[in-house]
Amino acid sequence: MGADATLVGRSFPPTAPYLVTEERIAEFAAATGGEYAGGPAPVTFPIVVAFRAMQDLLADPDVGIALHRVVHGEQRFTYTRPVVAGDLLSATLTVDSVRRIGGAEVISTRSEVVDAEGAHVVTAKAVLVHSGDES
Amino acid sequence: MKAGETLPVQEFRVTRADLVRYAGASGDLNPIHWSDRIATSVGLPGVIAHGMLTLGLSGRALEVWAGGPGRVVELGAKFTRPVVVPDDDAGVTLTVAGTVTAVEDGRASVVLEVTCGGEKVLGAPKAVILVASEAAHPDAPDEGGGPDEVDGGRPGGG
Repeated sequence: MGADATLVGRSFPPTAPYLVTEERIAEFAAATGGEYAGGPAPVTFPIVVAFRAMQDLLADPDVGIALHRVVHGEQRFTYTRPVVAGDLLSATLTVDSVRRIGGAEVISTRSEVVDAEGAHVVTAKAVLVHSGDES
Repeated sequence: MKAGETLPVQEFRVTRADLVRYAGASGDLNPIHWSDRIATSVGLPGVIAHGMLTLGLSGRALEVWAGGPGRVVELGAKFTRPVVVPDDDAGVTLTVAGTVTAVEDGRASVVLEVTCGGEKVLGAPKAVILVASEAAHPDAPDEGGGPDEVDGGRPGGG
């Protein structure tokens, strides 16, 4: 199992809506060297939503990649507006490319994170590297 | 904030406890970040920090420089070198340095250098931050001081 070229261009269903609360932001801020005092969430907070979309990709019956065989190769966030408490966020992941480099599959993904109204909040681009060697 | 400006270096300590805290906060329960057995089974030297924890701490440093969260509008990097976190009390120290490369239309482009033990751990880390009037004229009393030691995850600690 693994990723192949047939995945390219495929979009996965939006993740279940995730309610951003002050408590979740505070936990994330505390885990990333900060302290939450109200206002927007830390810049990398949307990974919480994007990670769920990535897990759906890995768990897909056509893909079937175990999480521990995946290394995060690259991550990028591009914002339209900050994330704040009260946001109901959902991520839709699309596979942009799959390349084979050596024995590894390099999967480039893009998760568009939108709010309850469907308005764009942030794009989270991730490159996932799957070492196909099961030995 | 102006082009060429070097931003005050920030340091973050990362221990195994911080990895557990980040796993819980992010939902990333990948065992390579808490199990030496599984980490070594996939060819790693041992438990490594989440790349996203390294990027998250870098994001924190940017927010400090920018004057608060919500002002970092772009952030990206490649995870080029694993940060191995030993099972001891000292952990490792991540150092985040930044240089402003351009300021235009209220946005500053910042190139980062994120190192652990003198080795770069992120590839081409860069960001765009909003330069608001408050951020351009910080009134923090400690500007220009030495590196700020921040416990990797414990607010107010260190």
